[in-house]
Amino acid sequence: MTSVLYDAPGPRAKRRNVIISVVFFALLALAAWFIWYKMDEKNQWAWALWKPFTQSEAWTTYLLPGLGNTLKAAALAMVIGLPLGAFFGIARLSDHVWVRLPAAWVVEFFRAIPVLLLMLFANEFYNSYTGVSSEQRPLYAVVTGLVLYNASVLAEVVKAGILSLPKGQSEAAMAIGLRKNQTMRSILLPQAVTAMLPAIVSQLVVIVKDTALGGVMIGFTELLNARQTMSAFYATVIPSFIVVGLIYIVLNFILTSFASWLEKRLRRSKKSTGAVLSAEDMEELNPAAVGGSFGTGGEGGGLPGSRTYT
Amino acid sequence: MFDFLSDYDNPTLLGAFWMTVKLTFFSGIGSLIWGTLLAAMRVSPVPLMRGFGTAYVNIIRNIPLTVIIIFTSLGLANIFRVTMGSDDFKVQDFRLAILGFVTYTAAFVCEALRSGINTVPLGQAEAARAIGLTFSQTLRLIVLPQAFRSVIGPLANVLIALTKNTTVAAAIGVAEAAYLMKGMIENEAEVLLIGAIFAFGFVVLTLPTGLILGWLSKRLAVKR
Repeated sequence: MTSVLYDAPGPRAKRRNVIISVVFFALLALAAWFIWYKMDEKNQWAWALWKPFTQSEAWTTYLLPGLGNTLKAAALAMVIGLPLGAFFGIARLSDHVWVRLPAAWVVEFFRAIPVLLLMLFANEFYNSYTGVSSEQRPLYAVVTGLVLYNASVLAEVVKAGILSLPKGQSEAAMAIGLRKNQTMRSILLPQAVTAMLPAIVSQLVVIVKDTALGGVMIGFTELLNARQTMSAFYATVIPSFIVVGLIYIVLNFILTSFASWLEKRLRRSKKSTGAVLSAEDMEELNPAAVGGSFGTGGEGGGLPGSRTYT
Repeated sequence: MFDFLSDYDNPTLLGAFWMTVKLTFFSGIGSLIWGTLLAAMRVSPVPLMRGFGTAYVNIIRNIPLTVIIIFTSLGLANIFRVTMGSDDFKVQDFRLAILGFVTYTAAFVCEALRSGINTVPLGQAEAARAIGLTFSQTLRLIVLPQAFRSVIGPLANVLIALTKNTTVAAAIGVAEAAYLMKGMIENEAEVLLIGAIFAFGFVVLTLPTGLILGWLSKRLAVKR
């Protein structure tokens, strides 16, 4: 194994690597032992704390309904946010300044504000000005917050997706006499959506992670909130965190794996124009929120479209 | 119209945003240090270190930040009695929140830096090895300085995201902007006005960061 930074190791480097490995392994083992010891000291390995997870009751009463709500909110946010994002993304590319500028302001404004503030605001807004029932309100507020934020991120994705298409596409459309509207609808958008698919799927990871905010701050009964109710019932704090953490990791791992599978498939396919927005590109649009792109490291063909996000 | 603001003195509006700034500042520095170490591990010649770095980044990035922050309070503080060197609960929550933010944000700093390391031309590292520099010398003297300059843009994005993410500290009772907004918006009738005030506050915090660091990244980028 060589890289930019080091050659294939010779005998001395090999010896040194073995020594470093042993020391590092010892440190990791020490850390693991320390965690084990601390858990044992606080009696966290007691079977009584872990037993609930082997019985169906804990899953059917708490975890699965919570997970269901998490997925429901994420799916709703995606389904509502995507068309809205597409609308603003296209508006940002308009030929008219009076369409382009307001769209840019809206997008930049909602990207600058924390999702949590949007959720808190939406929650209180529905409470004061609308007749949404109090059981439904948390879901509405969570979805509203997620939609406002993610639509503005998706708007940038759509913009980048359209800009990543070869220029010949719209020129050809113009040459056969299509109007701007028709060019966008029947030529550019379908291709851009294909190019964006991996990026859109990896944005789902962000949405799934952000639903947890609603559980803590406005009482939406999603997975993290269900964990709280559950640990109050079974008095199993640490195990419930570990199990819920694992559920999130597995769920998001499936989503990211699906995104990178999709990306590879799209890159291979001869039907597309070859433009693909990957999870890596999403990191520039929305860095601290994106899930891991497993094993896709390396170059990952970037797109030539313009990207100016600050 | 703004009369109600004077009813809040624990924290005040400015105090709450100052707390947001402090959280961002300390978490930013912590994440930069831990993230750089992780990035060094991920590109190191020792497979075990690479494995650890990869595992850390992929696990942490898939857990919601909210879960990590709540865990620092309910898990670390309540069960394991982690006191973070203070008996004062307010200081304790503040430090626990920073611990959580560093744990989470470092994974993103690491990935940004790693992509920066990839932009350094192969020839430079080869030249460094040819004059007999070791791995750590190559990394410290040749590669990282250039990598840092080329990732100011992505790191600025991480910093802006961190600024927004510090609102999650409200979940464990750290009196920052989102915490104050939650209290205000529930007690006052002026929902729209309060929303506008806090939105404006965050635009003021994040916009200059983006502009200044965007300008810096253009100025400092290594021209090739």
